[in-house]
Amino acid sequence: MSQYKVIHCNINGKDVERSVDVRASLTDMLRNEYHLTSVKKGCEVGECGACNVLIDGEAFNSCIYLAVWAEGKHILTLEGLAGPNGELSDIQQAFIDETAIQCGFCTPGFIMTAEEILEANKLYSDDELRKLLSGHLCRCTGYENIFRAVKKTMYRRLGKEIDF
Amino acid sequence: MYDMKALYEAESVQHAIQLRLDHPEAQIIAGGSDVLVQMREGRRAGKELISIYMIDEMRGVSIDEDENIRIGSLTSFSHITRDPIIRQYINVLGEAVDQVGSPQIRNIGTIGGNTCNGVTSADSASTLHAWEAIVELTGKNGVRRIPIKDFYIKAGVVDIRADEGEIQTAILIPKESYENTCGHYIKYGLRNAMEIASLGCSVNVRLSEDKKTIKRCRIAYGVAGPVPMRAPSAEAVANGSEISKDLLDKFSLAVLNDINPRNSWRASRDFRLHIAVEMAKRCLFESIKKAGGELE
Amino acid sequence: MNKVGKSEARVDGYDKASGRTKYYEDRMPADALFVRIKHAEKAHAIVKSIDTQKALQIPGVVKVLTCFDVPDIPFPTAGHPWSMDPGHQDVADRKLLNTHVRYWGDDIAVVIADNEVSAMQGVRALTVEYEELPFVLDVQKAMEDGAPQLHGEYPHNILKHTQTRIGDYQSAIQEEGLIKVEGWYETPTVQHCHIENHGCFAYEENGRITVVSSTQIPHIVRRIVGQALGRPWGDIRIIKPYIGGGFGNKQDALYEPLCAWCSTQVGGRCVRIDCSREETFVSNRVRHAIRFHIVSWLRKDGVIAARKVELFSNQGAYASHGHSIVAKAMGSFHQHYPCPHMECDSYTVFTNKPAAGAMRGYGMPQASFADESNIDDCAHAVGMDPMAFRRLNIMPDGYRDDFTGNVNYFDSFRTCMKKGAEIIDYERKMKEYANESGPIRRGIGLATFWYNTAVYPISLETSSNRMLLNLDGTVTMQCGETEIGQGADTVYAQMTAEALGLKSYKDVHVVSCQDTDITPTGLGAYASRQTYVAGFSIQQTAGLLKEKILKYAAETIDRAESEMDIKDGNIIRKDDGQTLMSLKELAMTAQYNPVHSEHLTAESTFTIRNNAYSFGCTFAEVEVDIEMCKTKVVRIVNVHDCGSLINPALAEAQVHGGMSMAIGYGLSEQLIFDEKTGRPLNNNLLDYKLSTFMDHPNLEAYFIENPEPTSPFGTKALGEPPACSGAPAIRNAIFNATGVAINRNPINPHVLFAEFSKAGLINDPWKEE
Repeated sequence: MSQYKVIHCNINGKDVERSVDVRASLTDMLRNEYHLTSVKKGCEVGECGACNVLIDGEAFNSCIYLAVWAEGKHILTLEGLAGPNGELSDIQQAFIDETAIQCGFCTPGFIMTAEEILEANKLYSDDELRKLLSGHLCRCTGYENIFRAVKKTMYRRLGKEIDF
Repeated sequence: MYDMKALYEAESVQHAIQLRLDHPEAQIIAGGSDVLVQMREGRRAGKELISIYMIDEMRGVSIDEDENIRIGSLTSFSHITRDPIIRQYINVLGEAVDQVGSPQIRNIGTIGGNTCNGVTSADSASTLHAWEAIVELTGKNGVRRIPIKDFYIKAGVVDIRADEGEIQTAILIPKESYENTCGHYIKYGLRNAMEIASLGCSVNVRLSEDKKTIKRCRIAYGVAGPVPMRAPSAEAVANGSEISKDLLDKFSLAVLNDINPRNSWRASRDFRLHIAVEMAKRCLFESIKKAGGELE
Repeated sequence: MNKVGKSEARVDGYDKASGRTKYYEDRMPADALFVRIKHAEKAHAIVKSIDTQKALQIPGVVKVLTCFDVPDIPFPTAGHPWSMDPGHQDVADRKLLNTHVRYWGDDIAVVIADNEVSAMQGVRALTVEYEELPFVLDVQKAMEDGAPQLHGEYPHNILKHTQTRIGDYQSAIQEEGLIKVEGWYETPTVQHCHIENHGCFAYEENGRITVVSSTQIPHIVRRIVGQALGRPWGDIRIIKPYIGGGFGNKQDALYEPLCAWCSTQVGGRCVRIDCSREETFVSNRVRHAIRFHIVSWLRKDGVIAARKVELFSNQGAYASHGHSIVAKAMGSFHQHYPCPHMECDSYTVFTNKPAAGAMRGYGMPQASFADESNIDDCAHAVGMDPMAFRRLNIMPDGYRDDFTGNVNYFDSFRTCMKKGAEIIDYERKMKEYANESGPIRRGIGLATFWYNTAVYPISLETSSNRMLLNLDGTVTMQCGETEIGQGADTVYAQMTAEALGLKSYKDVHVVSCQDTDITPTGLGAYASRQTYVAGFSIQQTAGLLKEKILKYAAETIDRAESEMDIKDGNIIRKDDGQTLMSLKELAMTAQYNPVHSEHLTAESTFTIRNNAYSFGCTFAEVEVDIEMCKTKVVRIVNVHDCGSLINPALAEAQVHGGMSMAIGYGLSEQLIFDEKTGRPLNNNLLDYKLSTFMDHPNLEAYFIENPEPTSPFGTKALGEPPACSGAPAIRNAIFNATGVAINRNPINPHVLFAEFSKAGLINDPWKEE
């Protein structure tokens, strides 16, 4: 009665294929089949943002995304952001420098959304940034230092003076 | 892991229709941000699903040969908001769907899903009512187009004929509706993101050449009744009237003749009536301003 | 001191930023069986029978266990240290699964299956026959004659009643010319909402049970699992990996006992319990909703002459932390605003709601809301500025509390208020917003909070740790006080480096994961105690290790111990600072000396018999849209005197989190129950209005650093204090903006609509009476 399907996709820069239970969410597939445990489960109904990953460059809550929909997609998780020797990307480093990390459970999802924001190479206003980051809940930080980390990195990437 | 009996994946509109006919009990799933959540909650546990999410031909915004704006049913909210056609002709729709849930939900959620679930709080629904959208359904007997007000039958029930294998394939905004028209949407929620509307109000106006008179005004609400609804009494007050502060008051009070919100744990009827009036006033004010009218 | 007082990067920062940090579910054995819990769908009932036949027929279902199968052992769950005094032990009032259903969501059965879906299907396939009982949700209705009884041994559902009597209240209020300011203040049921739900897995190994759990208190949970299963406590091993926040919810034994027992029922195989978000809201713990009745009697000059306070704390279905919370709340009143005549009574009362336990602030967010609302009402009644009224009445400089021995050494309240007022420009804004009358109105508000650090003298305060000199001259440190996100490990590293004389906090390797088989006993993360209490044991253990190091050094380099010290990782000569030997050389020599090899380690326990005040305040500026019934917080500033900061950046971050929680408490958060059935209505993150990124202004945190005299590092409580004064500051700002004093939180649009309608600010002509 179980139904399986082979799913081909690119995860963190590598082409992969794996037979997947069609009932699996993308969270299930990434955690259980590929051991990408940065993908966190905080609600499993798309409300907290902890399981967020980039699919073809856009942010998705992988808990309410069927694994079979990953067919042919490029998926990026936090594990794929650091360099080959573990060098942190600018936004990861900014989360450390700005004390934007506490328990760390919402961090992977937040950083992936930040990555989508930064990849747009646009200078967003504070209100726009807050809106773009509003798909993640955090109970530790009050969002304050996460905001600083993303805003500072945005300015740096655009080669602009930081306006705080 | 979802408690799903079986999954059927449609590769084209025709394939989807065939799957519907073959599996009449199955639930259609587009982006899944409602259906999968309900399955997780247990409400749809153990059901068969037909996924139409991979049908790329149902995505995108275009202007068709009759100059309708055509929005493929699988177009995500974020793509609608960013679309140049939407931004040029019916910006308020982009703004309304930019208030759905969260950025991630706006990437997965589709306008088709938002209307087919028949929910009164859907952020797209009041604007689509206010702009007299046409719903396109495709089934074994071909294409059927109906006004959005007829598409909604009752809470949670829309006019899709499962026995004809129908799926919703597009939403159309006729030229007569969007031409020279500007609108505004206010979503009332208890917080500024990740919110279901306590009430949604969408107003649009077409002004006279001299911008002093309202030639046409349309207003629609979500959550003011079991399904999204227009407020014809208020529209009648505004249509043909000169722009004034007094008009804002008369217009907004007239909505009370039309709407019928209910008491629930989420909000009382009195509260909803109060903010419905205030929202009508503010939406009309903003719509007039966007259309180039003046009001101090 | 140069290792403490610096904004060092978190020791766990790299791993958390790269996603490799392992939480309990990331360590899950692949063969773990899934346990899903059947929660009662009645608020009060007796389970007559559970038909398990259908569930057992589902492929993949391994076992079904019901409330009729569990050991007949009631156990307590509160994360308190064991008390040697039986009268002070926590109330043992629940079993692993319960036939007497006391709230909607009570645990009545489990289905164990080899996959998640079968376990869920199994739960849905259970048929339960109930004998329904009348239920009660309201705290005072539960105290009435004839109210439904939850626990037989507590008449009128009163778990406990305590009181404070100072002076002679009844005579004092006879004084002529006193102004009476009376109010009922209502605080809501809220939930912690850590982003990682609680979960755990358990298995047997060599006849013992190991539980890996998302908990704040591994050592206490070991004891409770032993109690619940009727097993010797040494049979239980608890492992606490990194956890995704706790805020007090995980300061209870949650599902560890049930998980451990389930493992024993399937031959010791590994079983897992993973709470869903919906379960976390209802079947873990919540913050007590407390109703306050305050009567203040004022002289015309604004001096408080006498005060009466009644506190009714809604305990929900099970005792958990019980009366401790409202007792702390009550205890704040006579210290915060001391007055010569006071009568305070507090009641903890069972109702058919989810069990209330510890949550960040432990009674103080509630007390602050009520007390600081009433204080603003008092200032208003005598026509005084709210800050001036507080300056007049608040705890004086040098005040000493006889019970705890705490002393207000630095006039912290007035100092914090002064600083906050300057930052937010209080005086000018007070004037500017004095006559707001339009549809959009601005206002400014202030609230202070009283807090104390750790739990002495109510409970034991102890901390142990172990330090080991590694062969490279670094030190490995272990203690039972847990990292739950606040940054504890980083400040332990800083304090250890400071106390030992290492070059950098990076030369300290803190073992973050607690394992009760290995980790020295500690009590865990609660009561804003860890930096304060661990400070003592770190200082002491570092002293012991240093003594051993210098003793060995004395042997090696033929010099008296008393002539040497450790600085920047080197053994130096005290008089001129000359380096004699690096710690690395010493460690290598000590380990590999063929005649006298020694592994240099120290371990000790420190039991404190003191406590420390930690005070501060919030200033909030709001903009109220009257017709839309909405409040926007324009600015919010917290000022804390929490002693010397070990890590200013982490301290600031801690304050931000508390402020955010306080904004939610003030404006939006509330768990709602259906009056007709007792069913929770909004136990998910969409309907429960936790603040999002778009609901805050920038959060501004400031400190007054008066070194705490009782602490070796000059530090005191900061974990919980930031969550206390935000909500009443917002309430008082709304009062200032609109003239409407609102005595309940959250002050959401529905409350504003009702209050503004009552006050005549909103007039809907069409509204029928």
